[in-house]
Amino acid sequence: MSRRNVLRGAALGAGMVTLPALLSACGSGPGGGKNEVSVGSNASDAVPKKAYAAAFDAYRKQSGKKAKVNTKDHNDFQENINRYLQGRPDDVFMWFAGYRMQYFAEKGLLTDISDVWSSFSGFSDALKAQSTHDGRQFFVPYYYYPWAVFHRTSLFQQKGYQQPKTWDQFIALAKRMSKDGTPVAFSDKDGWPAMGTFDYINLRLNGYDFHKSLMAGQEAWTDNRVKKVFDTWRELMPYYQKGALGRTWEEAGQSLQQRRTGMAVFGMPHPGSQFPENERDDIDFFAFPEIDPQYGQDAVEAPIDGFLVAKKSKNVAAAKDLLKWLGTPKAEDIYLQYDPNNVAVNSGADTSKYSALQKKSAELVSGARQISQFLDRDTRPDFASTVMIQAIQDFIGDPKDVDGLCNSIERQKKTIFSQPVG
Amino acid sequence: MALTSPRRAGRPRLRRFTRRDLAVLVVLLGIPVLLDVAIVWGPTLASIGLSFTSWDGIGDIHWAGGENYRNLAENYPPFWPAVRHNVLWLLFLGLIATPFGLFLAVLIDRGVRFSRFYQSVLYLPVVLSLAIVGFIAQLLLGTDQGAVNTLLGNRADPVDWLGDSRLNIWMMMIAASWRHVGYVMILYLAGLKSVDPALKEAAAIDGANERQTFFRVVLPTLRPVNVVVGVITVIEALRAFDIVYAVNKGRNGLELLSVLITDNIIGEASRIGFGSAIAVVLLTVSLGGIVTFLVQELRGARDR
Repeated sequence: MSRRNVLRGAALGAGMVTLPALLSACGSGPGGGKNEVSVGSNASDAVPKKAYAAAFDAYRKQSGKKAKVNTKDHNDFQENINRYLQGRPDDVFMWFAGYRMQYFAEKGLLTDISDVWSSFSGFSDALKAQSTHDGRQFFVPYYYYPWAVFHRTSLFQQKGYQQPKTWDQFIALAKRMSKDGTPVAFSDKDGWPAMGTFDYINLRLNGYDFHKSLMAGQEAWTDNRVKKVFDTWRELMPYYQKGALGRTWEEAGQSLQQRRTGMAVFGMPHPGSQFPENERDDIDFFAFPEIDPQYGQDAVEAPIDGFLVAKKSKNVAAAKDLLKWLGTPKAEDIYLQYDPNNVAVNSGADTSKYSALQKKSAELVSGARQISQFLDRDTRPDFASTVMIQAIQDFIGDPKDVDGLCNSIERQKKTIFSQPVG
Repeated sequence: MALTSPRRAGRPRLRRFTRRDLAVLVVLLGIPVLLDVAIVWGPTLASIGLSFTSWDGIGDIHWAGGENYRNLAENYPPFWPAVRHNVLWLLFLGLIATPFGLFLAVLIDRGVRFSRFYQSVLYLPVVLSLAIVGFIAQLLLGTDQGAVNTLLGNRADPVDWLGDSRLNIWMMMIAASWRHVGYVMILYLAGLKSVDPALKEAAAIDGANERQTFFRVVLPTLRPVNVVVGVITVIEALRAFDIVYAVNKGRNGLELLSVLITDNIIGEASRIGFGSAIAVVLLTVSLGGIVTFLVQELRGARDR
C-alpha cells in the first residue's frame, strides 16, 4: 500500500466529514463562488457565533461579497484539523497563533499571506512574530484574551484582601483565603486549565526564552529549572479547593461567582462567561505575581485567535480579500461589540466602548515585554495532548514525585520530538 | 448432517451451474467478501502495517520497526493502566454485573410481587446509550454540583467521585453495570421462561434442593443463553469507551486501550503509527476472547 493510497483514503474520509459543507457549497452552483468566500468556523459557542455573524454581515455590506460560514463544534474542529486541511478546507478558517499555526505552515498546509500583511497597520511586532513562520506570514490575528488571576472585587473589599505583587504575598493571600473558607479555585478535569498556572510559574521563574525553548523541545524536562517549577507550584497546592481533577473550568468559574472560592488563574472568558451579566463589573484581576525579580512580570500569557488560508483553499483571491478586511480595526470593533470577553489586537481598534476589564486587559498586554500563547499552543500538538495533559493531571493527583514525573515527560518528549515534522 | 454426500455429489453438480447461477453466486458471495475485505480486513492489515511505522498523517511514512511497541511498553505511562482497566472492566462485568443480572432474573422469574414493574424499571436504562449514562453519572457524582455530594452535605470537603483516580473507575463500572444488569436480566428471563418445568419437578423428586436444582439443572439448560450473555458481556466491556470518554475523555484513572487509540490517531496529535500499535494490542486482546469463544463453540457443536 503506497502513501498515495493512504492519503487518498484520508482525503476520502475528510470528504465524508466535510460532505455537508460540500453539498451546501454545490447549492450555490458554478460561478457562485465569485462573490462568496467560505469560512470554516470553530466558534460554536453562542456568544462568539453571534459576534462573528455580525462581523461577516458587516463585510457583506461593505464589499458586497458574502462570507459563507460553516460552523463546527469547537473541539471537533480542532480534532479534525489534519484531515480538514488535507481534504476540502474552506477558503478561510479560524485557528490559533503561535506554534500551533507554525506546525501546519511547516507541513506546507497553509497559504503564504505575506502580501496581505504588507497592507496591515496597527499590529505590533510581537503580533507579527506570532503570525510568522520562516519569515513569511500565515496568520491574521483577530482578538486575544490574557490569562491572569481573577477574583471578585467585592469579596476582596469585604475581606480586606490586597492584590499581591510577589509570590510570597500571593501564597500568604492564598493561605488566608483557605483559612477563611474561600480557597483558591482550581480545576483540571478538562486537562488544559492547569496548564496556565504551569506556564506562568515557568515564565516568572525561568523567563520567556526558557519557556519557548522548553516548548520547542530544546530543553530537557529533567532540568532543575523545570523541577523547580513543579516544586514552586506545590507550595500553592494546599490552598486550592479540593477535587480539581473532577471539576470543569465552568464549575470552577461558578464557584468564584458564588463566592465559594477567592481567586483563580484563568483566561478572561472563563470567569466572564460564568458570571451573570449584571455581576460582570465585579470581576477584577491582577497579573500573575513576580517570582524572580530578573523576569518580573514581563511576560503575559495571551492566546491569540485569528484566521488562516489553507494551501488547498479554492478561492485564494477572495480569501485574501476577506483577510484584508478582517485585519482592519473596524472588523474587530464589530466583533467585540458582541463578545466583551476578548480584546482587539489592532492598536487602531476603538477602545472607548471597552468595559473596565477589557481596558485593563489591553493595558496588561500592551505593557508586556513578551506574549506567550499557551502550553498547548506553544508546543507540538502531539506532545501537548498525549503527554502534557496526563503529566499535569498526574502531578495534581500526586504532587510529590516530581523526579519521576520529569523523567517520564523527558523520555516521552524524546520519542515525540525525534519524529520529523512534514 | 453427513459431510460425505455433498462432496460426492459436488463435481457433477458444479457443471450444472448455468451462467445465471454463477452470476448470482458472484454477486451474493462476491459483494460480502469484497465488503469484508474492504471494511474489516483492509483496515486491520493496514493498522498492523502502520504500527511498524511513524507517520503524522501528512508527511512521509517512516519505517520504525518495533520502536512503537517498545515505546508503548516502556515510555507511555497510560498504557499499562489502560490494559489493567480493560481487564478490570471485563472482570467486573463478568463476575459481578452479569451474575447480578442473573440473580434478578431468577428473583423475578419466581414471581415476586410487582415483578412486571421491577422488570420494566430494571430494563429502562438499557435504552440509554453508554455516553448518556456517562452524562447522568456526572450529574450525580460531580464534585461541586453533583447530587450525591449535595445529599452528603460535604461541601467543604467534597468526595471527588470522578476526579480521584482510585474511585472513578469503580464509579464508572457501577454506572455501566446499571445498564448492563438490565440487559442481562431480560435475556435470562427469556431463557428461564423456556426451561421445561418437568425438569425441575424431576429434580425435586430426586431430592435436589433449590440450590442444587438451579446450578445442576436449570443453569446447564440455559447454555445457549449463557453463551449469548458471555458474548454481550465481552462486547460491553470493550465498548466502555463511550462512558469514560463522556466523563473525562478517558484520562486520569479512566484510561482504556480504545481511548488511547483515539487520543493518538484522531485529533491534532496524529501519531498514527503509535496509535496503530495500541490498536494491534487491542486486536490481540479481542482475538484472544474470540478465538477462545470459537473453539468452545466448535467443540460444543461437535459434541452435540
